[in-house]
Amino acid sequence: MAKTQEIVTNPIVANNPIALQILGVCSALAVTSNMATAMVMTLAVIVVTAFSNLFVSAIRNHIPGNIRIIVQMTIIASLVIVVDQFLKAFAYEISKQLSVFVGLIITNCIVMGRAEAFAMKNPPMASFMDGIGNGIGYGVVLLFVGFFRELFGSGSLFGIEILPLVTNGGWYQSNGLLLLPPSAFFLIGIFIWLIRTYDPKQVEKPEYEMAPNTKGAAH
Amino acid sequence: MSANNDTIGKTVTVTVLLCVICSVVVSAAAVILKPKQVANKDLDRKSNILAAAGLMEQGKSVDELFAQITTKVVDMETGKFTDAVDGATFDIQKAAKDPELSVVLDRADDKASIKRQPKYMPVYIVEGANGDMDKVILPVHGYGLWSTLYGFLALEEDLNTVVGLGFYSHAETPGLGGEVDNPMWKSSWPGKKVYADDMMSPEIGLIKGKVVSSTPNADYKIDGLSGATLTANGVTNLVQFWMGKNGYAPFLANLRAGGA
Repeated sequence: MAKTQEIVTNPIVANNPIALQILGVCSALAVTSNMATAMVMTLAVIVVTAFSNLFVSAIRNHIPGNIRIIVQMTIIASLVIVVDQFLKAFAYEISKQLSVFVGLIITNCIVMGRAEAFAMKNPPMASFMDGIGNGIGYGVVLLFVGFFRELFGSGSLFGIEILPLVTNGGWYQSNGLLLLPPSAFFLIGIFIWLIRTYDPKQVEKPEYEMAPNTKGAAH
Repeated sequence: MSANNDTIGKTVTVTVLLCVICSVVVSAAAVILKPKQVANKDLDRKSNILAAAGLMEQGKSVDELFAQITTKVVDMETGKFTDAVDGATFDIQKAAKDPELSVVLDRADDKASIKRQPKYMPVYIVEGANGDMDKVILPVHGYGLWSTLYGFLALEEDLNTVVGLGFYSHAETPGLGGEVDNPMWKSSWPGKKVYADDMMSPEIGLIKGKVVSSTPNADYKIDGLSGATLTANGVTNLVQFWMGKNGYAPFLANLRAGGA
């Protein structure tokens, strides 16, 4: 049981798909301008990673090695379409905002990466848990970025006004940069920094040592 | 894991089975959820129309409120009502791409930069208590800075005073051009006049900065959007195009003359 728990919690901080594995950054830039879309995107990705891992793992002993990527892709794509259809039926407003990015979960490296790296070698239940864990790991970053972007970019959280904007007669001058995708780069960078300060093991060894000063290096 | 997974027979079997199962799942989801999605789209369109005319009320359903609105179709060339297409299902974006249903605009006439104009446009008429026309809601669209803005412009029964303007689809820069969605800015539209003397050439438009009482023609001018000059120009252009001679002006003239 302890192992199952570890499979779920490990990807949240210790092995976060965005912060450590640097997967799925593209969609993290696009859907985080407010909390509501970030939340729905998180749920969609959790569902897709969990179930694609489950199904891939269930048939892993029958997948021919030379077409395994296509098989994984087909399963992932089908799941994403189903999720997209559900969003259009039950959360129309949000699916309009997410627009093309739900469809692009298909190309989200996290889903494919976990299917290939974990689900192909592990039993279905463990794979399912790994999918949930990685989905949550992705979601934590999305919500972190979404929190700051919506709070300081539009002065609200989940659409509820927190800092009254100047344009609506309040006092808070919003930061327009935060509403544009590039701001997410800075926030993800800060997130990675925070995680690596908390867990220095994740810091990579520098690839090139800076050459020491010639005089001082004599001894 | 056995090596015989890689035989041609096994590969084909797995592929075919997988494709069949996946396609069944995908088509089932699409077919089962279709009615709900269509209803959502319809609801979305109706609430946009109601919002433009300021008819949204708390506690009442969109369908209930939409019952006071009659959908009609206008032939843009004659400015008269027509039954050529069904207004409830007519799709402006699709029609603009269909050579059968749209006309190419001259460069000189194409103020709103839409290139093709649908031959027919749906209009929405709000009827008052005694069955008279109370408000008319006109769909408008045109190019801003990055995207085509789609929206509705609602007019009072005098066919000159604005009730409201709202866009339901655009991709302008958030915080700058995206401020066309700001309720504060939208509230500067109601009460403005579209035409001065000439009923074929609209006077209404956005200016740089704020409209104050000393602004010339203040009745016809709307506050500009700071930092979004090109979006603001786009809004002026699209409103002037649709209220002009290639837009709804002939239709409005017919209405004024007693019926279309």
